[in-house]
Amino acid sequence: MSYRNDPYDPKQAVLLAPESLESAVAEAEKAFASAADLDALTALKPAHLGDRSPVSLARREIGSLPPAAKSDAGKRVNIARQAVQAAYDARQAELEADRAARVLVEERVDVTLPWSRRPRGARHPLTTLMEHMGDIFIGMGYEIVDGPQLELEWANFDALNIGPDNPVRSAADTFFVDLPGLVMRTHTSPGQVRTMLDRQPPIYVVSPGRAYRTDELDATHSPVFHQIEGLVIDEGITMAHLRGTLDHFAREMFGPEAKTRWRPHYFPFTEPSGEFDVWFAEHRDGPRWVEWGGCGMVNPRVLTAAGIDPAVYSGFAFGMGVERTLMFRNGVSDMRDMVEGDVRFTTNFGMES
Amino acid sequence: MKTSLSWLREYVELPAGITASELDTAFTNLGMEVEGIVDQAGTILGDLVVGRVLTIEELTGFKKPIRFCTVDVGRSAPQEIVCGARNFAEGDLVVVILPGGELPGGFKIGARKTYGRNSNGMICSARELGISDEHEGIIVLPPSDSLTPGIDARPVVGLDDVLVEVEITPDRGYEMSVRGIARELSTYFKVGFVDPASVSSPTGTADVPHPVVIDDVVGCDRFAARVVRGIDPAAKSPEWMQRRLIQAGIRAISLPVDITNYLMLEFGQPMHVFDLDRLRGGLVVRRARAGEKLTTLDGVARVLDAEDMVICDETGPISLAAVMGGETSEWQEGTVNVLLEAAHWDPVMVGRTARRHKLFSEAAKRWERGVDPALPLAALQKAVDILVEHACGTVDERVLDVDNVVAPVALTLPASAPARLIGLPYTSSEINSFLVQVGCEVTGDEVLSVVPPTWRPDLVAPIDLIEEVARLGGYNEIPSVLPPAGASRGLTPAQKRRRSIGRALAENGYVEVLSYPFTAPGTADALGLAPEDPRRSAVRLTNPLSEEEPLLRTTLLGPLLGVLKRNLGRGRRDVALFEAGTVFLPHLTSTAPPTLGVDRRPSNAEWAAANAIVPEQPWHLAVVLAGDIDPAGWWGAGRPATWADAIEAARVTLAAAGIAEDRVSVRAAELAPWHPGRCAAILVDDAVVGHAGELHPAVLAALELPKRTSAAELDLDALPEAPVVEAPKISTFPPALLDVALTLDSGVPAAEVRATLAEGAGPLLESVALFDVYESAQLGAGKRSLAYKLTFRASDRTLTSEETIAARDAAVALATDRFGATLRGA
Repeated sequence: MSYRNDPYDPKQAVLLAPESLESAVAEAEKAFASAADLDALTALKPAHLGDRSPVSLARREIGSLPPAAKSDAGKRVNIARQAVQAAYDARQAELEADRAARVLVEERVDVTLPWSRRPRGARHPLTTLMEHMGDIFIGMGYEIVDGPQLELEWANFDALNIGPDNPVRSAADTFFVDLPGLVMRTHTSPGQVRTMLDRQPPIYVVSPGRAYRTDELDATHSPVFHQIEGLVIDEGITMAHLRGTLDHFAREMFGPEAKTRWRPHYFPFTEPSGEFDVWFAEHRDGPRWVEWGGCGMVNPRVLTAAGIDPAVYSGFAFGMGVERTLMFRNGVSDMRDMVEGDVRFTTNFGMES
Repeated sequence: MKTSLSWLREYVELPAGITASELDTAFTNLGMEVEGIVDQAGTILGDLVVGRVLTIEELTGFKKPIRFCTVDVGRSAPQEIVCGARNFAEGDLVVVILPGGELPGGFKIGARKTYGRNSNGMICSARELGISDEHEGIIVLPPSDSLTPGIDARPVVGLDDVLVEVEITPDRGYEMSVRGIARELSTYFKVGFVDPASVSSPTGTADVPHPVVIDDVVGCDRFAARVVRGIDPAAKSPEWMQRRLIQAGIRAISLPVDITNYLMLEFGQPMHVFDLDRLRGGLVVRRARAGEKLTTLDGVARVLDAEDMVICDETGPISLAAVMGGETSEWQEGTVNVLLEAAHWDPVMVGRTARRHKLFSEAAKRWERGVDPALPLAALQKAVDILVEHACGTVDERVLDVDNVVAPVALTLPASAPARLIGLPYTSSEINSFLVQVGCEVTGDEVLSVVPPTWRPDLVAPIDLIEEVARLGGYNEIPSVLPPAGASRGLTPAQKRRRSIGRALAENGYVEVLSYPFTAPGTADALGLAPEDPRRSAVRLTNPLSEEEPLLRTTLLGPLLGVLKRNLGRGRRDVALFEAGTVFLPHLTSTAPPTLGVDRRPSNAEWAAANAIVPEQPWHLAVVLAGDIDPAGWWGAGRPATWADAIEAARVTLAAAGIAEDRVSVRAAELAPWHPGRCAAILVDDAVVGHAGELHPAVLAALELPKRTSAAELDLDALPEAPVVEAPKISTFPPALLDVALTLDSGVPAAEVRATLAEGAGPLLESVALFDVYESAQLGAGKRSLAYKLTFRASDRTLTSEETIAARDAAVALATDRFGATLRGA
């Protein structure tokens, strides 16, 4: 059925009256504002935006208008409908924001609750300290070498100018085994002997690792301990290079204030030989010199035994105890703590020392 | 080496006000380690004065006799002092510490009332002053006009000295004497030095005071002797000599013996004093015969070695040369005729003899480090002089001196050599001056010819001279320069891998342990190793610290389980540990390595032959775990560690080593110390690299460890190097997911089922995940259901359901074919 040719009857178009539309909008706005939550708002929607709502019914009446009035009425209905929709949307956004905020409050937790479902383990501080030391030398152009801990006597002693009559080659100092010609290495230097036999100079290596001496375990001694020793063989190497290396290493380890101090000493494998102290500013009892290790220029006899011509090459070597370094650097007062494997000690250090 | 500053000052003109700290620096920079520098004056605080006892009143009625004395201490009124000693009389000079003073050990002196009298101070004994152990009575000073009451008593009793103790390095025997230390200090402070050995003495005479034959001039290249007859056997060593011996830590014995010790300290020449009347005939100096016996002064009957040197008379050996005299010939109480011997012995021989007989005497220490062979006659002369001064006697004018000493040879040192090695531009004249200071004779300019002094047997090569230049030039003068290191290849793959594994295990809850590699013979039994298990073949320490643990570990588990037990014993319940370290696996045969020299590099063949006997020492990785691996908490119950965690630790290790999951496989295995039903072999590329699982209940019982303790051990050296990883192709097409639940015999390993499904499903399968393991009465005994989620995806298209189902069916069909699996619910 078409109303197209129906005569204009203003009574039939009462809902299109501007005041009717205005009041429809006003009522909708008032209703939406009173909606306490999203459910209530949704419940109000059909009455104000549904098919039977005043603005929808008004739209239907447009058809009954004479053509000249349709456009104007259409515009007014649209404006009114948009106003109702806007009021709805605005209230909906408001209520959604309220709800979101409430949810956040309701979802609040105690973030201080522990969650150590799988506690982290730890690496031994001697391991991480040796890695740290090794990395400093890698950065200086060195490589890291190691050798067997049960070692040829020749590599541990003879090749290092520690002759058969040296007292350290007695059972009072060195662990011997039931196999001839072998000892538990008393230092990591035999690894360096192996390096000299394996490659030609230039040699820039450090060897961190385990060594063995027949000391009973007490607060400051352990029969099994760790050293890091360095060896450089190149043309034109001098004791000044040794000093530069140790000073640089000390600064990397202990900060820019660190420096070394040398004392003449005797080692069979180096000549001249020295012991050195490091200025350790962070010492728990105040800044001081701390005994750190031994060093010297590689004895020409050692070079000869390794097949390196001392007339062409010179070199230096140095070494320090890793336990000793950990003791003063990290304030470990008892060697046994590093040996016994009590997890309370090691866990304290975590992943780095 | 212990001595006193006053003794040193006799020979070196040290600055008058030299401080302990200046001395310490000097010794340190000279290469002597300072054990102690003690100013004796500082050991007693306050007024220590000479006093004269005026009156003595004996107090009675006490438990012991007590004296009440008045003592003149130079003050207006005599001091009243109560004293318990009785070895003094009125008029004696004594040493008094006045109230306000303090004796060694923090003993404060005050005015106090005791035994009913006032006592203002104390009359001191030698022990109370810390001079000696003498405590029989108080010190009574010899009468002297110069000792006015009230003067400082410290110089009077020798408490004005500074005691020095330094450690001498083994290359510098000459420093084990006042002579050597004084010479060193003179070079350091550039002050005058008088050689104590510059004593004029007669040379050897053709007619000797006692016949001596030197049978072995290698062992004894000089033997000198003097004879003194008719000495007063009761003569005592002078007080100054006794004091110096005590300061050096040597007991005073008798005048002749004390003289030899005194000169050993002053010159560095050990000597020996024989009782001439107890020698039977002439002396022979020779090697001992193997098995020959000698009772040394310490009362020990010793069986001699053919390398030992002995001094013999007609009765046989009477002295273990250079190390210790014998009982039958030594000076003894009542000796009136003495033969003083000063010889020069082979340092290598003495060192071996001292070690062989465990006789590390003061003399042996000096011989081993090297003694100046030029000293004997001077030392004998000074000994004879002191002896006759204090014990009279008649010196036999004849001098025995059998001298086969080889003079030091000249060394050639290019003047440029020290700079080349030290990095400081020493001039030829500086080098010359340093070497002359240590006693060398130096000629030449660009190339120096250097004859070392007789007391420096350590100077045998140019490098030894360079060390002296560096030392006297000052080590701390050497500049600091970085060497021109080239390019480093960085860490090796094995080093990187070890670090990654350590980090990964630590992040997964394991705590690293560095245990001793020593184990007990019983550990192999406790671990249940089979009789033929190669891990029973262990290297044995011949001198272990603990006789209980003489073996080197062949598995990390023994020591590591010990550490686990220690942690449990200390109250820890949940412990997960790991260790990366070497094990020691001896070869089945043991032969001695070839003898390698040091005068050249061993040939490659020699080096390889030597290394062939070195036991294999692969790096292993082990974990042990007990208690909960996931702890209980407010979130709920904990989860106990099981066999599966140990296997997972092995997988974590392999993943950290860069080994792709698809190269790793796990299969059931039986190996001690694991539970035979809960042990997995871990394989990489089908090669076994280790085992993991729960430990055998019997092992846990034997080691007293908690039930269900689990462990893994892998051979890290057996792992292949991590390859360069190839990038995967990532498909953007959607996946198709299908679940299958298979019912099969419980004995079919899940890993094989999984592999079979993957094989059967073909290339469309992206992943397969086991999400349920189910056993029930309904399935039947010996059956179980394994449910897998299969994810399919193609790289170039969205899969149709027909394709997916076909692939799934193919997977199931292969499982059915291989294991008789049936599709559950199908």
